[in-house]
Amino acid sequence: MKILVPVKRVPDPYAKVAPNADGSDIARDSLPYAVNPFDEIALEEAIRLKEAGSATEIVAVSVGSEESTEQLRTALAMGADRAILVQTSDWLDAPAVARLLAAVYRRENPDLILLGKQAVDMDNNQVGQMLAAMLDLPQATFASKIEAQSGQMRVERETDNGTETVSVTLPAIITADLRLNEPRYVALTGIVRARSKPLETLTSADLGVSVSASVRLVRVETPPKRQAGKRVESPQQLVQLLKEEAKVI
Amino acid sequence: MSQLTLRGGEFLLREAEPRDTFIYEDFTSEDLLIAQAADEFIRGEVLPKNDAIDHQEEGLAVQLLKKAGELGLLGADLPEMYGGLGLAKMTSTLLAEKMSLQASFAVSTGAHSGIGTLPILFFGTPEQKKKYVPRLATGELVGAFSLSEAGCGSDPLSARTKATLSPDGKHYLLNGEKMWTTNGGWADVFIVFAKIDGEQFSAFIVERGFPGVSVGREEHKLGIKGSSTRRVILENAQVPVENLLHIAGKGHHVAFGVLNIGRFKLAAAGLGGCREALTIATRYAKDRQQFGKSISEFGLIKEKLAEMAIRIFALESAVYRTAGMLNEAFHGIDAGAENANELYHHADEEFPVECAILKVLGSEVLDFVADETVQIHGGFGYTEEFPAAQIYRDSRINRIFEGTNEINRLLMLDQMMKRAMKGKLPGMMEAAQAIRSELNQPMMPSPDPTDPVEQVERHVKNAKKIILMTAGMAVEEVGMQLQEKQEIVARLSDCMIHLFAMESAWLRVRKLQEKGLDATIASAMMQVYAYDAFDAIEASARRAILSFVEGDMRHILLTALKRYARRIEINTMELRRQIAEYVIEHERAWSASGK
Repeated sequence: MKILVPVKRVPDPYAKVAPNADGSDIARDSLPYAVNPFDEIALEEAIRLKEAGSATEIVAVSVGSEESTEQLRTALAMGADRAILVQTSDWLDAPAVARLLAAVYRRENPDLILLGKQAVDMDNNQVGQMLAAMLDLPQATFASKIEAQSGQMRVERETDNGTETVSVTLPAIITADLRLNEPRYVALTGIVRARSKPLETLTSADLGVSVSASVRLVRVETPPKRQAGKRVESPQQLVQLLKEEAKVI
Repeated sequence: MSQLTLRGGEFLLREAEPRDTFIYEDFTSEDLLIAQAADEFIRGEVLPKNDAIDHQEEGLAVQLLKKAGELGLLGADLPEMYGGLGLAKMTSTLLAEKMSLQASFAVSTGAHSGIGTLPILFFGTPEQKKKYVPRLATGELVGAFSLSEAGCGSDPLSARTKATLSPDGKHYLLNGEKMWTTNGGWADVFIVFAKIDGEQFSAFIVERGFPGVSVGREEHKLGIKGSSTRRVILENAQVPVENLLHIAGKGHHVAFGVLNIGRFKLAAAGLGGCREALTIATRYAKDRQQFGKSISEFGLIKEKLAEMAIRIFALESAVYRTAGMLNEAFHGIDAGAENANELYHHADEEFPVECAILKVLGSEVLDFVADETVQIHGGFGYTEEFPAAQIYRDSRINRIFEGTNEINRLLMLDQMMKRAMKGKLPGMMEAAQAIRSELNQPMMPSPDPTDPVEQVERHVKNAKKIILMTAGMAVEEVGMQLQEKQEIVARLSDCMIHLFAMESAWLRVRKLQEKGLDATIASAMMQVYAYDAFDAIEASARRAILSFVEGDMRHILLTALKRYARRIEINTMELRRQIAEYVIEHERAWSASGK
């Protein structure tokens, strides 16, 4: 089984982000970046499938600027066999990312696309589902457990009502949820080994895909500061304030 | 050894160039990935277990050491043919910095990878290397170094531990007791020093399991409580003759040969501790409200945060500059070559002066930063409820081990003079001579430059003249007795430490500018550091002069000192406030990139 793992370069989830001067984007100068944590979980799962003998090859792919090479290097250091950068400087909406990844899928013909359920920068939660639609492949989203069976994957997925177990026939799309696994630490030996692993760079033109966006980023602003709370004297007063001031009951 | 840009000690005589100077901002994305891998391991696995480590929870430290070994974090410096990663010295220094956040664990890993492993790599036979180094590289075996004894610390050659050849000639029988063995509680392999027949000071590779080897109880230490420190007790300990390390009677090569790297790495580890402490102090200062506002808004707290950042910047510049110098010396050594040990020895001998400078600088900046971290925390800093107290306790050992700072101060000048006498410092005599002749000539003051980099350049150049003049005259006036007048030696060493740090900061700022990186804050830190360092150099030189010469010569030297020490005045309060704003906003020491 060959697995394609898309990984996105995102601002480090622990970094403080703020809008830039004109509010057109977040301020990106001197912002540390990381692999999208959900994609890291997807990659970890792919590596475990390979270590268990279920997978034979792992290809990491990233769509973004040249700097995304750093995240691909991390993926290679963790255990991906090779990497593809679809290099673009355009601002991409989810459909454009999905179109590019679909084109990579057609080039690579993997048995499985395993990716994070969403990226922590935009929190769209769309690319996996769109890919399934564009490629007409079965999908299992929010996976918290994956088991390889012959020709199919058994996936436990987290829903609001509990765990649902589905089985998808390969080729398929699976998106990873937080509790699927805990990614390993990158080993220095892995980083050194990654030096000799292939990293190919493609453009949207190479893939014959238009990246024109149907969604536009209009404005980035910080949420309003929280107002100081108020101490009430009695339950009666609380009810009164909830009714008259907050108007929630 | 490849061509060296600057030989050991030569920084005092010649101009260094930014292009030949390694700075933190030269690291590649792969280097930074390595740093990140170490950082994630330490923050994910080690720091959360801080309390358990400090209480020496049974088996925990070894388990973490092994885990670090599996990730390749212990073999960075070692050649690939012996199971290491063969990384450049700069990268392994970066790794040492990142591995330092839990001080006890840093001491355990540092002792293991440094003094516990390198003696075998540098001095062992190919068989010894094959047997031990690959297993030390992965942490399968844990290493330790047993040099000190109860009665011999700074003077290790006075060791009383004896080795005698067994009647069948197959073993050395070691008898004695070694003190302060880091990793003593869990090490598998000890580098032990003993005198063969009470005379020939020699090194041995001693396995924990050899008959007659045991360890004492844990020492109750002031800090780094999670590291193991024990006596190694040797009672007719049977060490196979093939475990003699290096040559009988040449144990001092081994003892001193790995201490240079050890001293240097200590500064790198101290740097990591400093950066973390500044972040902790800054967050507390922002959080703590007094008089209706955050204490970080007060001038005296800003001054502290700025001064911590400034000294960290100077230390960081000196650490990575020296890493680059060491790399030049060690780069390209073929670990499998027949004369590999000779090459290692040669490379290691090159920079004892710089390594001693870094040891003193690193441990003293760390102590300053730890002390101010407690101070910023006020009363809470004195309790165990906040991390400041542990930082303070843990930092203190650094001025003591790997050669006390007093020993390192003496060694700095001693090594400098030895290098000059052995012809390893070409130009030393000429430089001293040039200063002598300059003393008799009138010197017209040149106009003060306005560019900060040019201002500091003049301070750097004049500081070198001050040191050459003072040291040269001290040697001339006091002669061989200079060694007895340790106070003078220490003042001269203080001058060298300040000069090296100031010059390193200056070189880094120039290189940052050449790279087109924003050096505004870096330049401000360089300015303030250089201003104060230059003051300190002048003060130390004056005290030295006053203590070794009188009469006309004293007058001539003081006049010359006054001339060289002419300062370019700057408003350090304004600059410090600017630096403090940066620290408060970013909650960390300065760095050019986002990390």
